[in-house]
Amino acid sequence: MIKNVDFMGLEEFLSEEEKIIRDTTRRFVENEVMPIIEDYYEKGEFPNELIKKIADLGLLGMTIPEEYGGAGASYFMYGLACQELEWCDSGLRSFVSVQNSLCMFPIYQYGSEEQKKKYLPGMARGEIIGCFGLTEPDAGSDPASMRTTAKKVKGGWVLNGNKTWITNSPIAHIAVVWARTEEGIRGFIVERGTEGFSTPEIKKKMSLRFSPTGEIVLEDCFVPDDNMLPGSVVGMKAPLSCLTRARYGIAWGAVGMAAYCFETALNYTKERIMFGKPIASFQLVQKDLADMFTEITKCQLLVYRLGRMFDEGKANHVHVSMAKRTCTMMAYNVAKKARELLGGNGISLEYHVIRHVMNAETTTTYEGTDKIHTLILGRYLTGMDAFR
Amino acid sequence: MKAVCFVKSVPDTETRVKLAGDRLDKSEIKYILNPYDEFAVEEAVRKKEAGIVDEIVVISMGPARAQEAIRSALAMGADRGVHIEDDALDGSDAYATAKVLVEAFKKEGGLDSFQLLLFGQRAIDGDTWTVPSMVAEMLGIPAVVGIVKLDIDGNKATAVRMVEGGEEVFEVELPAVFAGRKGLNEPRYPSLPNIMKAKRKPINKYSLADLGIDASTVGKAGSFTEVLKYELPPARQAGRKVEGEPEEVVEELIKFLKEEVQVL
Repeated sequence: MIKNVDFMGLEEFLSEEEKIIRDTTRRFVENEVMPIIEDYYEKGEFPNELIKKIADLGLLGMTIPEEYGGAGASYFMYGLACQELEWCDSGLRSFVSVQNSLCMFPIYQYGSEEQKKKYLPGMARGEIIGCFGLTEPDAGSDPASMRTTAKKVKGGWVLNGNKTWITNSPIAHIAVVWARTEEGIRGFIVERGTEGFSTPEIKKKMSLRFSPTGEIVLEDCFVPDDNMLPGSVVGMKAPLSCLTRARYGIAWGAVGMAAYCFETALNYTKERIMFGKPIASFQLVQKDLADMFTEITKCQLLVYRLGRMFDEGKANHVHVSMAKRTCTMMAYNVAKKARELLGGNGISLEYHVIRHVMNAETTTTYEGTDKIHTLILGRYLTGMDAFR
Repeated sequence: MKAVCFVKSVPDTETRVKLAGDRLDKSEIKYILNPYDEFAVEEAVRKKEAGIVDEIVVISMGPARAQEAIRSALAMGADRGVHIEDDALDGSDAYATAKVLVEAFKKEGGLDSFQLLLFGQRAIDGDTWTVPSMVAEMLGIPAVVGIVKLDIDGNKATAVRMVEGGEEVFEVELPAVFAGRKGLNEPRYPSLPNIMKAKRKPINKYSLADLGIDASTVGKAGSFTEVLKYELPPARQAGRKVEGEPEEVVEELIKFLKEEVQVL
């Protein structure tokens, strides 16, 4: 189902459109991003000129209906696109995930008709970039403990607080910010330019260097009533529904990352001659390759089925937790193994594998750490909540 | 005016060719729209965007997977597809293929309906480069193969072909066949919304019976050429290292070039 790694023949279960979306995304990243990524990754920059190309491809607002400028595609298709984007880079996939699942989805799902018309078409064209403000310096795995507040005043709300580790915040035009009101947690759209709103960039990251990350600082930041997301029920349900979709894409993306690293390691070990023969001929190397191939295949089956269930309305957040946890950890292990098989070359950005290893440090952590997803499964199995 | 693009489903350019005996092992091949055909489709779509063409029909002959190639062309912006599929077509050479494409083209209205017939100059699998010219010959219209530029003015077209050291400019009266190559344009990536729209675009399906073609005149029986067997190119032999003092090396190299390679 991903090029060169489809041992269980999932290809035959894909529709023509699904194949075209996957193949087009692959060609796009091969031609437009792979040639430039080492340099941008090393510099720790995101090329802004890429945004229009991504938008022209229709990757922003994939699952949003056409009337709001989206593509009206399925979540399975979204998954395939995430897989190919992360075959290239987790930061690239993150850029697309955040715009789709964390910004356009809540505006579409919980926004008023005016908000949808005002923001979604521009977001699909890549003219309005969004970010999602949930995590705080002291509220990571437990977002419900957030300290950011929204106080009702005449004609609107006054927001105060700090959000951190926010993907895209330094380049975003709008932020979907979650804040505590007297009734409970609600979502707000804050536009750049609003007084008291700033987004300092987080520097010195050693992971996801292709993706801009920052804070959101809200200092007596007034937003009008029209900017509250009216459809979001008070509480954590709305932001968590966004995270479920983003985590779903991360699970798919991890398969892409692993496939890249596996292919690279396979080709490298078949060509690298040591002791007079290819290192792929040695038993220990073959074991590694067999393990990597098997683990990727298992995760492919998982995301394939998850994708179909998602579109049939049969998947819940527990399914997504299992997939996010399993696939990102699989990709982490495959990437590290590939790094090892490449020897010294494995640490060079030229071979791209070290980049994936470093990115996996984030993908196993953000959007719910490995441990939290483990406990979500534990709670599902036992009915007992281990983290409260 | 209306345009027709003839396209083919071919193995992906990255395919590693494997043989099963002296036949191709197709089990692991992934298929794509022939890259040269993308130039044809892109050109048609640009002509449509420029208001010159008002409908683009994509015709492909081949097994079920040919429909994927058609769908890719529809996602790029073509309007509808025509798929000719029949078991009896297996083994058709370029000539038999051209014959079938012409019949399908006529069934869709032929030269009364279409003025612009576009191809890729070659398919990357069989690589015969002949189908565009054969179709033109069978229809009795001109063909310009290997174009890098195409301008249309009324019922006249100006097509440019690269030749060694310069350009060849053709003025052609329409209808005519044009076969594109790299340089004609930069084919677009089909966008996700257009891929979704392509799903709803119609594809007419024809069998040989629908086209009134006798099965004995196509396939292996109706072909002038037949593939007897496939062979992989011989593995490259290891090179030879010439070592020693510069004088000795030069002498040995010259001797090698004279006696073994015989180029001096």
